[in-house]
Amino acid sequence: MALLEIRNVTRRFGDLVAVDNVSINIEAGEFFTLLGPSGCGKTTLLRMIAGFDLPDGGQILLDGKDLAGTPPEKRPIHTVFQSYALFPHMTVTGNVSFPLKMAGKSPDEIAVKVKEVLDLVHLSDKGESFPHELSGGQKQRVALARGLVNRPRLLMLDEPLGALDAKLREEMQIELITLQRDVGITFVFVTHSQAEALALSHRIAVMNAGRIEQMDEPSKIYSFPVNRFVADFIGRINILQAEVLEAAPDHLRIRIPGMGEVRAPAKTGAARGQKGVLALRPEQVRIAAKIDDVADENHFPGKVRDFLYVGDITTYIVDLNNGARIEALLPNSATGRAKFFEIGDAVKVAWPKDAGLFLND
Amino acid sequence: MNRSSWLWSISALVYAFLYVPLIIVVVYSFNDSRLNAEWVGFTLNWYRVLFNDEQMIRAAVNSLTIAVVSGLVATALGTMAGIAIHRYKPKLLPFMVITPVAMPEILLGVSLLLFFIQVMNLTLGMLSIIIAHITFCIGFVAIVVRARLAGMDESIFEAARDLGATPWQTFKLVTFPLIMPGVIAGALMSFTLSIDDFVITFFTVGVGVSTLPLQIYSMIKIAVTPEVNAVSTLLMLLTLTTIIIASKFAPDTLRGAMK
Ligand SMILES: Nc1ncnc2c1ncn2[C@@H]1O[C@H](COP(=O)(O)OP(=O)(O)O)[C@@H](O)[C@H]1O
Ligand SMILES: [Mg+2]
Repeated sequence: MALLEIRNVTRRFGDLVAVDNVSINIEAGEFFTLLGPSGCGKTTLLRMIAGFDLPDGGQILLDGKDLAGTPPEKRPIHTVFQSYALFPHMTVTGNVSFPLKMAGKSPDEIAVKVKEVLDLVHLSDKGESFPHELSGGQKQRVALARGLVNRPRLLMLDEPLGALDAKLREEMQIELITLQRDVGITFVFVTHSQAEALALSHRIAVMNAGRIEQMDEPSKIYSFPVNRFVADFIGRINILQAEVLEAAPDHLRIRIPGMGEVRAPAKTGAARGQKGVLALRPEQVRIAAKIDDVADENHFPGKVRDFLYVGDITTYIVDLNNGARIEALLPNSATGRAKFFEIGDAVKVAWPKDAGLFLND
Repeated sequence: MNRSSWLWSISALVYAFLYVPLIIVVVYSFNDSRLNAEWVGFTLNWYRVLFNDEQMIRAAVNSLTIAVVSGLVATALGTMAGIAIHRYKPKLLPFMVITPVAMPEILLGVSLLLFFIQVMNLTLGMLSIIIAHITFCIGFVAIVVRARLAGMDESIFEAARDLGATPWQTFKLVTFPLIMPGVIAGALMSFTLSIDDFVITFFTVGVGVSTLPLQIYSMIKIAVTPEVNAVSTLLMLLTLTTIIIASKFAPDTLRGAMK
């Protein structure tokens, strides 16, 4: 049985359907991520799980028991708020011991557990500090410690890294993964950052306008987005208008208007005449100087329009002669990568015939 | 003269208007003369007279009793009103609570008087004054408490519930400690407003009861004696101390909420 079961949950605010018939099963021990653009209903869903808001339809079950009618304080679910929500009039120790006090634990047990969890988040020396004396990263860790200390069945984290700068955010991501593995508590993590979601999660639910577009492991979502929204939202991707010319059992023949014919991997349900897009990851696209390097792939001539060198990789933007524009991502460490292309260079753009994904409208 | 020295002169003038009369009152309370005319010499005699004036002492005790009781009750009610206004965002309540703050005192005095006599059939006296003072103090407390809540992250209170606190525990352990400075500031403001209120007290006082401001008024009808200066000085000292303490508790919220 799933630890948390969200069954056809809907929440409306007037005419707006903030959460639209959402169903999710979250297993014990999972690092589950709700990913979606801001305003897509992530917080609304969390608030219903926490008990601050009630669904207009559907059920939320924990260990198979309907949570309707259970107030927030009675749910073994804790939340790490985006704003941290530390109690400003309590020290770090006061904040972290709060859930234990509410649970009626003995002072001895509280002392032991608080020390344990503060060690875990590397804040042992900050016990007597007040929240306003801490840096953003430290506050974040106090909020985490406070959420974990009483070992809830479920810890929900609402964009917890949103307020941190890039470097700290990366450090905290690594700490979060380690922490979740070590404590074994189920995490429901909310973010609008696809990179964060891919890096942290066991499973991701991609949300859009209150609905779940796709729910799967990060690599599946990245490699096999089910529709254009997911493809576009997760990672960088080339989206080319496309029409199916032939749907063979082992491949598709696709026409890209203004560009020509390409081959793409077969797709169930694809049929001749279907219109849609061909989604192509930049790292699947290569660029080369000469035609014979790429003869057996889908290939088109073009000119380098721009490039972005970021150390380990370079992203090239190539204008194809037929007017389309394609992004290609080349690792700078690739063997035989002697030549870097310059703006204006005439090149060939190519991708393997088994790369790309046809997504019908 | 340039712009800034103009501003300086004007402010100096304004402050002079405000404070010179007060300073004169204080100075003459120590003057060894029956007349507020010229400086004769230093004495504490008028304070001695004051403390032997039985009527004055009785008025002072009344004033303090009224200020403490109405301050406490107004603080309790005002705090609740402030929280309710913040939490439930009712449409009418803010107006109802804050109107007495903005309404001309004379109107409030007259309407309370009519209410006590014609509707409640109450004998005017300490009780009527206390009720009247509570009425106009609640608004001040509510304003300060609400201002304090408004500057706070809402999710703090949800976090408390989320971490296992019942609504009552949340109030006791989180909400109240956080609004405490506002509550204390509100209480101290209520106290000062009550202790030197004249107009509303004048309308709601019965026969045989007096408060310090009323007593002072009845004395200066005859003459401004040095004893009046002395009692005014003490009253001023009390008010000033209270306000300074209050502003320590709620430096931001007090601004703009003062009468
Ligand atoms: N209490 C509310 N009243 C009205 N609309 C709300 C309320 N809470 C959220 N919404 C709306 O619901 C939608 C989803 O909000 P939210 O769940 O906060 O999105 P996210 O967390 O994904 O950014 C938004 O359009 C938001 O404006
Ligand atoms: Mg949100």
